[in-house]
Amino acid sequence: MLSIKNLKANVDDKPILNGLNLEVKPGEVHAIMGPNGSGKSTLAHILAGRDGYDVTDGAVIYRGHNLLDLSTEERAHQGVFLAMQYPVELPGVNNMTFLRESLNAIRRARGEAEIDAVNFIKLVREKARLVHLDEKLLKRNVNTGFSGGEKKRNEILQMALLEPSMAILDETDSGLDIDALRIVAEGINALRSPERAIILVTHYQRLLDYIEPDHIHVLAKGEIVRSGDKSLARLLEEKGYGWIEQEAAA
Amino acid sequence: MKSATDSRQWFTQFLQQGEGATAAEQHAWLNQARDTARSAMQSLPLPGKKQEAWRYTSIEEILAHEFEPVSADFDALQTEDVDNWLLPETKAYRLVFANGRFVPALRNFDDLPEGVTIGSLRYALSHDPVSLAIWFGQTANHTEHIFTALNTALINDGLFVHIKRDVILERPIEVVHLNLGLDKPQLIQPRNLLVLESGAKAQLIERYESSGESVYFYNAVSEITLEENAILQHYRLQQESRKAYHLQQSFLAQAAHSQYRSTYLALGGKWARHNLDVSFQAEGAECETNGLYLVGDKQLSDQHLDVKHSRPRNASRHNYKGILHGSGRAVFDGRILVDRDAQQTDAHLSNKNLLLSRNAEIDTKPQLEIYADDVKCSHGTTVGQLEPEQLFYMRSRGIDTITAMKMLCLGFAGEILDRIELSPLRDHTEKQIQSLLAQATDKLGDV
Repeated sequence: MLSIKNLKANVDDKPILNGLNLEVKPGEVHAIMGPNGSGKSTLAHILAGRDGYDVTDGAVIYRGHNLLDLSTEERAHQGVFLAMQYPVELPGVNNMTFLRESLNAIRRARGEAEIDAVNFIKLVREKARLVHLDEKLLKRNVNTGFSGGEKKRNEILQMALLEPSMAILDETDSGLDIDALRIVAEGINALRSPERAIILVTHYQRLLDYIEPDHIHVLAKGEIVRSGDKSLARLLEEKGYGWIEQEAAA
Repeated sequence: MKSATDSRQWFTQFLQQGEGATAAEQHAWLNQARDTARSAMQSLPLPGKKQEAWRYTSIEEILAHEFEPVSADFDALQTEDVDNWLLPETKAYRLVFANGRFVPALRNFDDLPEGVTIGSLRYALSHDPVSLAIWFGQTANHTEHIFTALNTALINDGLFVHIKRDVILERPIEVVHLNLGLDKPQLIQPRNLLVLESGAKAQLIERYESSGESVYFYNAVSEITLEENAILQHYRLQQESRKAYHLQQSFLAQAAHSQYRSTYLALGGKWARHNLDVSFQAEGAECETNGLYLVGDKQLSDQHLDVKHSRPRNASRHNYKGILHGSGRAVFDGRILVDRDAQQTDAHLSNKNLLLSRNAEIDTKPQLEIYADDVKCSHGTTVGQLEPEQLFYMRSRGIDTITAMKMLCLGFAGEILDRIELSPLRDHTEKQIQSLLAQATDKLGDV
């Protein structure tokens, strides 16, 4: 589904990604771990099409498309979804209106019929239950005045609603207490499917206590320096990132 | 640029031309007001950059035009001619003014309750001059400004609303000020007078519309008097032609415990300015004004607010927002004065602007002058752009840039639109804003 080959990228002329390779198949859950500044969020942002990154080499092939040639919204239409580390507040934009506009934009791009208001409300309520999101938040402005946990749940609600083929979750566990983390993780687990790939970007392994990944990759200085199964997370928990970085440098 | 003599001449030329038009109604008090205004026009300062109130707004473009005072009525207008401008479903009492003249055939207020007079100032001058003599000139100073003086010198017609003590008008009053371009550009000068006696309550919608791309100068003066406990909900929707010059000066006087709430939507015109003067005559009154201006290429929108808290325990709240695109310009000049005796004044002023292009320009000047020591007052101004973060977030959810921008702009405007309690008017206004934003789409894409 996703094939990243020798990806190199700069931010303000400073190299952040230095030849990153990654293969993701449908149905797989990949965790990308690494210390601060290793390039995890940069990778997530480049995949979603955020401005400000200068790709200097390499290729990203997603379902046969050269992903980097697509605009941000085209990527969304093709099933790419990024759950943000810091979901943005949209003052004055009603959450329900936003969600419906988003779903219909994607449906239009795919040549599907738009969903009408009545069916949309039914659908969004059903999805809100899945992530334990208070229905009142649907009537509020997008993320405006939401708590940290509510914002993250609103992200997972969007994921549930838009049913992406490839979901990238950027530090979704950050700022969540244990109860909120469990609810968010349950929501993500419910969305695992044989057709959908999930990429979890996280600093800590605690999210992986709730969502079991198929593969774990450790990112250091803009490269994947180690890949393995879930046991790698335990090792990182015990020994930290220092030893891997040293190993990579050696 | 015109010389001072030529500029003065531009103003005074109308005095000769206007002689015949105003001769119909003769009352000593009215003639006196006209005469005072006429002579004041010889000496009143001409608006220019040296005056603080005109620092950012030039009148040269207006003076470069030749205008002709309105000399005829528009009785031939049919309902079909104005259908486009009528709001459905408001069940409003309706009045239409064409170039400032009341059009009797288009009125729809025959079932008014007892104690309510709405209609033409000219009609009232001939049928109830005594009432008018009491109220006229109570809030507006005819000789404070040359444009007010010009309006006063040529008084002919305008809106007259008089609601007697304790009368509550359930249905709104909808006034359409329709301005038509004629062979020669017109000088249109309505003189409006609104009086709500104590305990009276009403909702008033005033709409300023043009036929096609009409060129004219609209120089209106409104006097609004709210007696004790009177409540007026006032909506103004200005969406005139992109070639129109519009100056509306409003003078509001509020007695004890009266409430004035207004929402002003400035969406049209080439050059549009609104001045609102508020004075409190006693205690316990509330004044809330909300405004939204939307300007694009070659448009100027100018809001002036002068609120005088000279008595204690009155509250005023003023919230204005602007969306500017293309080479649009806007001016916001809001002044709240709190006199030494105006203790326990509660006054707040806010102006927020969203600039969608590099060429848009806003001059904003909120002023709070406080001479009392026990008050709650605040003011704030912001000038910002759409956040790239917000646009990225929306695009990452499949929404294209232009739609995302429109949604964010409507979101920005929402706070003001939400103050419109009449839902047909709110829906209508929202649609207007959406279509104006859609027209600006090309420009939005340039950001």
